[in-house]
Amino acid sequence: MSRQITIAIGAVALLALLGAPLYLAPFSITLLNYIGVYSLVALGLVLLTGNAGMVSFGQASFMGVAAYATAWTSSVMGFSPWLGLILALVATGLIAAILGAVTLRLGGHFLSLSTIAWGLAIYFSFGNIPGLGAFDGLSSLPPISIGGIALVDSGQIFYMIWGTLLLTMLAIHNLLDSRVGRALRALRGGNTLVESLGVNALQIRLVTFVIAALCAALSGWLYAHMGRFVSPTPFDVTMSIIFLMMAMIGGSGYLLGAVLGAAIIILLKNGIQDVLPKIAPGSSGQLEVVVFASLFILFLQRARNGIVPFIAQWIPEPRRERPPQAELLPRQPQPAKETALMQVDAVTRRFGGLIAVNDVSFDVRAGEILALIGPNGAGKTTMFNVITGALRPSAGRITFAGKDITGANAAKIAAAGIARTFQHVKLRPKMTLIDNVLLGTYGRTKAGFIRSALRLDRAEEARARHEAMRQLERVGLGDRPYELAGNLPLGNQRVLEIARALAADPVLLVLDEPAAGLRRQEKLALAELLRTLRAEGLTILLVEHDMDFVMGLVDRIVVMEFGCKLCEGEPAKVRADARVQEAYLGGVA
Amino acid sequence: MALLSIQNVSVSYGKAEAVRNVSLEVDRGQIVTVIGPNGAGKTSLLTSVIGMIPAAGRVIFDGTDITALPTEDRIEMGFCLVPERRELFADMSVYDNLLLGAYTRRDGSAAIKASMEEVYGRFPRLRERRAQKAGTLSGGERQMLALGRALMAKPKLLMLDEPSLGLAPLITREIFKIIASLHETGVSILLVEQNARAALETAGFGYVMETGEIVHSGSSATLIDDPRLISTYLGGGASH
Amino acid sequence: MNAQIAAILAIDGIASGAIYVLIAIGFVLIFAVTRIIFVPFGDITAFTALTLASLENKQMPGTVGMVAVLAVMATLMEVFSLWRKGALGKIPAALFFYLALPLIPAAIAWATAGTLLPTPLRLLLTVAVILPIAPLLNRIVYQPIADATVLLLLIVSVALHFAMSGLGLLFFGPEGVRTQSLVDFTTFIAGTPVSGQAMLILGSAIFFSFLLYLFFNFTLYGKALHATAINRTGARLMGIRPQQACTIAFLLGSVLAAVSGILIAPVNTIFYDSGFLIGLKSFVGAIIGGMVSFPVTAIGSMFVGILEGFAAFLSSPFKDVIVFSILIPVLLWRSYTLVHAEEEDEE
Repeated sequence: MSRQITIAIGAVALLALLGAPLYLAPFSITLLNYIGVYSLVALGLVLLTGNAGMVSFGQASFMGVAAYATAWTSSVMGFSPWLGLILALVATGLIAAILGAVTLRLGGHFLSLSTIAWGLAIYFSFGNIPGLGAFDGLSSLPPISIGGIALVDSGQIFYMIWGTLLLTMLAIHNLLDSRVGRALRALRGGNTLVESLGVNALQIRLVTFVIAALCAALSGWLYAHMGRFVSPTPFDVTMSIIFLMMAMIGGSGYLLGAVLGAAIIILLKNGIQDVLPKIAPGSSGQLEVVVFASLFILFLQRARNGIVPFIAQWIPEPRRERPPQAELLPRQPQPAKETALMQVDAVTRRFGGLIAVNDVSFDVRAGEILALIGPNGAGKTTMFNVITGALRPSAGRITFAGKDITGANAAKIAAAGIARTFQHVKLRPKMTLIDNVLLGTYGRTKAGFIRSALRLDRAEEARARHEAMRQLERVGLGDRPYELAGNLPLGNQRVLEIARALAADPVLLVLDEPAAGLRRQEKLALAELLRTLRAEGLTILLVEHDMDFVMGLVDRIVVMEFGCKLCEGEPAKVRADARVQEAYLGGVA
Repeated sequence: MALLSIQNVSVSYGKAEAVRNVSLEVDRGQIVTVIGPNGAGKTSLLTSVIGMIPAAGRVIFDGTDITALPTEDRIEMGFCLVPERRELFADMSVYDNLLLGAYTRRDGSAAIKASMEEVYGRFPRLRERRAQKAGTLSGGERQMLALGRALMAKPKLLMLDEPSLGLAPLITREIFKIIASLHETGVSILLVEQNARAALETAGFGYVMETGEIVHSGSSATLIDDPRLISTYLGGGASH
Repeated sequence: MNAQIAAILAIDGIASGAIYVLIAIGFVLIFAVTRIIFVPFGDITAFTALTLASLENKQMPGTVGMVAVLAVMATLMEVFSLWRKGALGKIPAALFFYLALPLIPAAIAWATAGTLLPTPLRLLLTVAVILPIAPLLNRIVYQPIADATVLLLLIVSVALHFAMSGLGLLFFGPEGVRTQSLVDFTTFIAGTPVSGQAMLILGSAIFFSFLLYLFFNFTLYGKALHATAINRTGARLMGIRPQQACTIAFLLGSVLAAVSGILIAPVNTIFYDSGFLIGLKSFVGAIIGGMVSFPVTAIGSMFVGILEGFAAFLSSPFKDVIVFSILIPVLLWRSYTLVHAEEEDEE
């Protein structure tokens, strides 16, 4: 299928959708309306679960908060539904922000479990507040009116619903393809990487959580004024899991998946309601739940990826242009050569009774490559983690460019101008090469959620893209920027990590065993790259096992053994040292 | 016939091949060592032989092809692995750790008690600390407990992954002395080590592994004086 | 509220707290060994109460049909997977464990329908009929995805709960049940009436917690289970089969759920879907214990029970809201005390 055909099909589908009220029966339009309303909630989950990796069983209750807020405003107090919309968004956003602030720090299954609990708490509250009609609900809500036209008919509110849905999809699409969107997508692989790039993971999680809740709120508002009646039942936990089912079946992670998933579930539900009474006349209601739940379990066991990825294999990759030239991002000044850039002063780190690093001191001089070597278990990795802020030292001091950075967290270290790579490569395999490198520019760019959603970030984005492309080319990966990072062989993945680190414009590059697992040719290429970087004035500290790799490359070596510094000096001198030979070959003397 | 015969085993992680076409043998009552620098694929080799990661090739144990068997079945046949990370039950007492070592044995509590006494005899330090939680032990004691726990299973083949890792020289010496003494009990040992000299002095036969492949093999006595060994560990030198 | 009322509420709260303790300990036990947050656990409690009520009314309990359906499904799956692996020799054992064993108590319940068994036998039969449900669900639902993340297993669990409650309605019908009291006396402690049932509940909670303690500390299987919970790789290297450990964990948990179901049946009216709320309240207790610590879980569940008792007195409609809202300060506290192991690269 060629690109033109894809576009044509898309256009026809959109036209068919917009013209639906002209040729479809009212019942079908009502179904479409439900699909649109539920898609909005599923869209929030696509962002939350599919992209940021957080699972919520509470979306239906957020939808309920909004529905009740607008029902109360318009039906009980008699104000306009538009005021109801504002109140719905504010109330839902506030509740989500408070609940998120409390639980997002815990993350993982604790977050999800607590969403069940407060989902129930909110549901019970609806049913027990007399002012909200208790379990009977609130009825006779006014319709939404635009410019004096009341949207009473299902064919009228249809445009309202699908218009809102398409605009929301566009905003979320923009968001995902931006600075914060990339950080958000990178979150699901864990915090270590994103925090080493200076991202405040908690803040991103919180805002994402609130955005997902606001999607549910929009949906709740539309839902309330579509049926013009609210009661607690549609907002219980069962509905929340159905929303999750929609998002996951569609293909969590894909915006179109939300709509597809909602459509499939609603049509399926409709179909089951027609068929089941014929099979089991007395108990079709119960069977419906069983059938749905079983199908969902089967789906989770067999085809977790959902439908969109399945369809996508027949859709051609959009042809993406290489990022054009743009103004460079601002750069940090590099320090003068040979001055002491970092001083590690008598650093000790204990784990319980075990001393992993014992009173180690050394300097890193600007413009040099320094290697920290030693046999397995010598304490190199601990030293590395202390330098990069992953661990606090038990004693000692580290200064970098004149500033004390002892015990600073990973984000502060990144801001100070230290960029790192990881021993076990930490990339986002399902993101493209250029997106992975763009993650590195996070600290040098500013666009937030709102600017990104409204596409006001394009000038800055172009500069960042140009920079990322420049770094990809610099390390020799410039030929296919839109390849997925997971498709690269290990050697290139390591190089890609270096490109990401370079995109942060560091003063000091810290590499954790960059040669581990590389083939001979790859090692030679890596060494060549590091030499080039040094020639450009960058300072490099590397922790390595591989003596062969280190010898011909570095300016100086610090050797560690049993947590202590064994010796320090130029490669040839270190190599000839009897103590070093002993340390590496071992001895039972 | 060899007790363990590994034939053309390869292990891959995605696109990266950690072990390439490795074959080796361990005879009954023999100590065989595989030495090589970090990242050579030694640990991957052992983990695949115990059946915890999938591998291509064949593994024959005691005349039976066990390539398709799950880990637990291999353990019941008399395999035992002391992994690099020891994998002790940190939250449980030394005594309980040892007891679980005998989990697959069905020869009665008297026999298990006797083995426990034997282990305590070999590692008096463990007897002193039998009520202490494994997580509170020092590095050397942990290695002793891991060894002791393995011996509780009365294995036919003991596989040790870097028993000297992170241990001070004095303790390393003690551990290797114990490994050598295990030889007298008739158990066969496959010893994977970075500490080449100590390993070769303990073992009868050695294989040298580098970037996933066996590059040399021979009796320990010949390997220990081989100049190519130094080049493997320190780089540069003769092999280039 | 005077002191007298407070004392009565406290005793009520302790009794329901004790029920939550049993269930919460089951949750933690199953989670520790299998990494599964077994949401349908509360349903097992409710089904126990419903089974007991049917036996009391000389009817065949709906559980019989449920177990039969699950046993057949599990057997088919097991036989199919053995056949695919070419391990045909293991099929007879699979038939025995997955088909015959679960169906024996169900067959007895079916055969004795119409006669009223003496109380001890009735209780025993109730437990025996309920026991296979969770292990069978484990085989059908969880074993095919044993390597999945905790989060995915949780989503599956929630879906499974809805399937179970639908099946519950199908097999047990919509009526609520309340069984006869097991003990029928009231004593006064410091002037406050304490029902025999409340004492029985508390006594059982203590007794079964103690049994569990003995199991974990003094039996090889208990230690093997504990070992699997703290270090799966280490346990496998000892020859402990994780799937076997999972089955034992589900069985043990089911004993606790069944006991709590028997204890709660005379006190509360139980419907086919009552288990969810009972389970979730126990969950609050388990979360207070961080899903790891048995003692803190017990204290937390007790606290939930007492809180619920007082909340019911202060504002009956909002007691559930109050109980679930307590999670927010609990989680806030937990977020500062629990060290969270990072879940890496879930993609």
